[in-house]
Amino acid sequence: MATRPVTEEALVERYGPHLNLAPPGGWQRDGDEVDRLVRTHCCFCGQQCSLYLKVAGNEVVGFEPDYAFPFNEGKLCPKGVKRYLQGSHPDRLHDPLERDPDAPGGFRTVTWERALSRTVDEIQRIQERYGNDAFAMLSGVSLTNEKSYLIGKFARLALGTANLDYNGRLCMVSAGAANKKSLGIDRASNAWDDIPRAEVIYLAGANVAECAPITTSYIWRARDHGAKLIVQDPRVTPIARTADVFLGLKPGTDSALLGSVLHVLIARDWIDHAFIEAHTEGFDAAAEAVRDYTPAWASQVTGVPANRIFDAAELWGTSETGMLLHARGIEHQTKGVENVMACINLGLATGKYGRPGCGVTTITGQGNGQGGREHGHKCDQLPGNRDITNPEHRAYIADVWGCAESEIPGKGLTAQEIIEAIHADEIKGLLSICFNPLVSLPDTAHTRAALEKLEFYANIDFFLSETAQFADVVLAGSLHEEDEGTSTSAEGRVIKINQAIDPPGNARKDWQILLEIARRLGRGRYFDHFVSTQDMFEELRVASKGGAADYYGVTWQRVEDEQGVFWPCPEIGHPGTRRLYEGGRFYTPNGRGRFNAVSYRDPAEVVDDEYPIWLTTGRVVSQYLSGTQTRRIGPLVTQYPEPLLEIHPQLADRHGIADGDLVRVTSRRNSMTLPARVVTTIRPDTVFIPYHWAGAQAANQLTNRALDPVSKIPEYKVSTVRIERLGERRAVVDSRDTRLYTDANATSPRER
Amino acid sequence: MEDAATGTGRADVGELYAGRDDVVFVIDQSRCIGCNACVAACAECGTHRGESMIHLEYVDRGSTVQTAPMVCMHCEDPTCAEVCPADAIKQNEDGVVQTSLKPRCIGCSNCVNACPFGVPKYMAEIDQMMKCDMCYDRTSEGLAPMCATVCPSEALWYGTREEFTQRRQGQLLSDWDFGNAHITTKVATVVTDREPGPLDVLLGREPQFRWQDDPFALEGRG
Repeated sequence: MATRPVTEEALVERYGPHLNLAPPGGWQRDGDEVDRLVRTHCCFCGQQCSLYLKVAGNEVVGFEPDYAFPFNEGKLCPKGVKRYLQGSHPDRLHDPLERDPDAPGGFRTVTWERALSRTVDEIQRIQERYGNDAFAMLSGVSLTNEKSYLIGKFARLALGTANLDYNGRLCMVSAGAANKKSLGIDRASNAWDDIPRAEVIYLAGANVAECAPITTSYIWRARDHGAKLIVQDPRVTPIARTADVFLGLKPGTDSALLGSVLHVLIARDWIDHAFIEAHTEGFDAAAEAVRDYTPAWASQVTGVPANRIFDAAELWGTSETGMLLHARGIEHQTKGVENVMACINLGLATGKYGRPGCGVTTITGQGNGQGGREHGHKCDQLPGNRDITNPEHRAYIADVWGCAESEIPGKGLTAQEIIEAIHADEIKGLLSICFNPLVSLPDTAHTRAALEKLEFYANIDFFLSETAQFADVVLAGSLHEEDEGTSTSAEGRVIKINQAIDPPGNARKDWQILLEIARRLGRGRYFDHFVSTQDMFEELRVASKGGAADYYGVTWQRVEDEQGVFWPCPEIGHPGTRRLYEGGRFYTPNGRGRFNAVSYRDPAEVVDDEYPIWLTTGRVVSQYLSGTQTRRIGPLVTQYPEPLLEIHPQLADRHGIADGDLVRVTSRRNSMTLPARVVTTIRPDTVFIPYHWAGAQAANQLTNRALDPVSKIPEYKVSTVRIERLGERRAVVDSRDTRLYTDANATSPRER
Repeated sequence: MEDAATGTGRADVGELYAGRDDVVFVIDQSRCIGCNACVAACAECGTHRGESMIHLEYVDRGSTVQTAPMVCMHCEDPTCAEVCPADAIKQNEDGVVQTSLKPRCIGCSNCVNACPFGVPKYMAEIDQMMKCDMCYDRTSEGLAPMCATVCPSEALWYGTREEFTQRRQGQLLSDWDFGNAHITTKVATVVTDREPGPLDVLLGREPQFRWQDDPFALEGRG
């Protein structure tokens, strides 16, 4: 039974999140004790900035910038600077745990033998009774390419389940689906060094300053060359503050705005007829869909002045080069795929593909969101971005894996659908790794009820995340710096993650845990040849060969020698592909880029008398995703300690809300209480809550489970709420209140 | 490979600036994204680990996301040092105004009140003023200051004047008027045009409409 063994408070007391405020040994530790500097990359977002970790013994004690890596040249955001504080952490799991309501903190330490045999017994019991697909697996793209590949193979051949999906389902799938359908390949169109070559930069739903901070330096380099900046966002984000054109639209109206831009491009003949003729298809249908989308019409739908829509179209249409960067703002919607297609239409219509300074690209959010979605832990995909329903693709992978094609299960359920299937009693058991769905999926109460219905739940992780609190067995896995492998950055650059330290105590590397489960399930013959993660990469190379995401020409040695290699890279002698679509050659079967007709439709939920305010959610720069790591790193928590409700003064005044007041926010799912931050930098019909916190502070208590029909991404960015003032509260905390922590031995505020 | 047009063209900053006397530390507040990386990195420096000597200010969060990284401007004639009753603030031969010396500092906060830029901070926990010393342990060895190294948007920037001119728009200015007081700083800021002379911080900007004044066109002004 997957329920919390003791109260949430008791679990938090024992397993955190507690704040790690200082490196091991304290701040005064002598720097001369550092044994070595290990060059690696940040464990957080998709930019994958390079840095050095300072190591003393088996502990990471600090960081040093890496000036030489071309992507970030030493630059880091605060998460990259402080990431090392997740190691040597009081909350770190050192041993396997088993649920025990009588033990302090609700779990007892057990041997690996006990933890693994219990897990394998439960997998076999559930699968024998209910069928293989009744045991599901959820995984995460903080994992390296090697582990992603292993998990894809493990779920299909060791568990024998179709139901494997991953947390990239909440991140990249809208962009992936649109890119594959329109352009035939799911990757950023350009290496980031094309951004400074652009004359115009169009950011659509991309808060780059907070979610991809180093990308701002590329945008500023473009502006140093005279580039103009267009920003489309319901909030004046830090990068929007100096934009040339700001499109402050209502949440969920992106396709109307983008369609109107296309309408103006066509009406003014700011389109590249020769490119459309030679390299694309479907233009007429796309043009017909926006025939009536005048700026005046779009202004009514989006709330953006018509002249600004025209200005954006003029900048994009009359510039020789341009880059459109989009992110979760337009992708976290029930129209996520259509929104991305509307962006692609703007690129195709103006011939802004395959040339220096030209491209339309998503900004991958998660650390290995790019590589992770290519090599196997997506429910409908096999390595190399192959299609699990395609007989030829299945046969090829079966040959690589040495199994019968029939042994590979078919297409499974997506992450949110797995939750629904648990509710429907179709899925009874779950294994998860590096995914915190209780915090990161919409409608928290619904997710919690699903966990409680599971007959058995095992979790592989390094901290006891909010989801792991519900586990029957917790298998203590490895941190990013405790293993080696590769990841693929937002640019499509395969890079090397180097091991700095060994897992502490009895914790094990994730892949060793998975291999042992596979052996105990009697499927060792498919996995026993993996002695190192490099062995997995070598098999991945072959498995991806000839696929849409072809890594065959990438080797660990090349990655080290060449500061990363860009896929597609089909042969050892191939230089890698920094810029896709050169010469107007797309990866679709006929080589043409496909326009798609995108008509505007409403989001799943629209404002009404009962819920009259739009709610949108997003990130702050000092926190990352569900906060499993960043809510344990003291300086990052101090920077932005709790979620705040951003609200415009006009809306606040109507409800009698002053800055710092406590506000109850209620949606059709649930309600939550948090302090207000009254600012003029958000639309007066919209409120914003960052989503990194858990429990009573979780924004996803409010969000809607509605999914994009194609990508199955939830509509985090658009739901409707009502608000009421509850009372006064202390002033809103901000970074000015950062204190100096001089007690190096303090592990949590309660102990200081 | 990245080329000069798109990359910063830097290999190893340490090698690049060792022994150079034409380097300049630049603040361009218009590029600040408020991420706090500068503050986070400052606290990692070897000589004052765990304590940041710089801070980040929201100018007026109610009406803008404008933030300002507050590094020391390193005045030619530092007011903070002039008003210090304990002679705890020293200026070295390179013009770097150092943080207060312990045990001289008596925590009186004269410097905090006197600094025209609002840089020094009194730290109650240690009963001492702390402020930026331009990462003297790094810059003296040719490395960029920690904050300018990590700054994602290059709002804080360190390099040669020639490099700045080649790479970036705007001009460097180190002269400020605070009413009748004229101040020259070692740290430069970025202006569109140096011609009008020192920045007079007491004068408001020209009243012309910008979209930032009405970002959501609530007053009907797109």
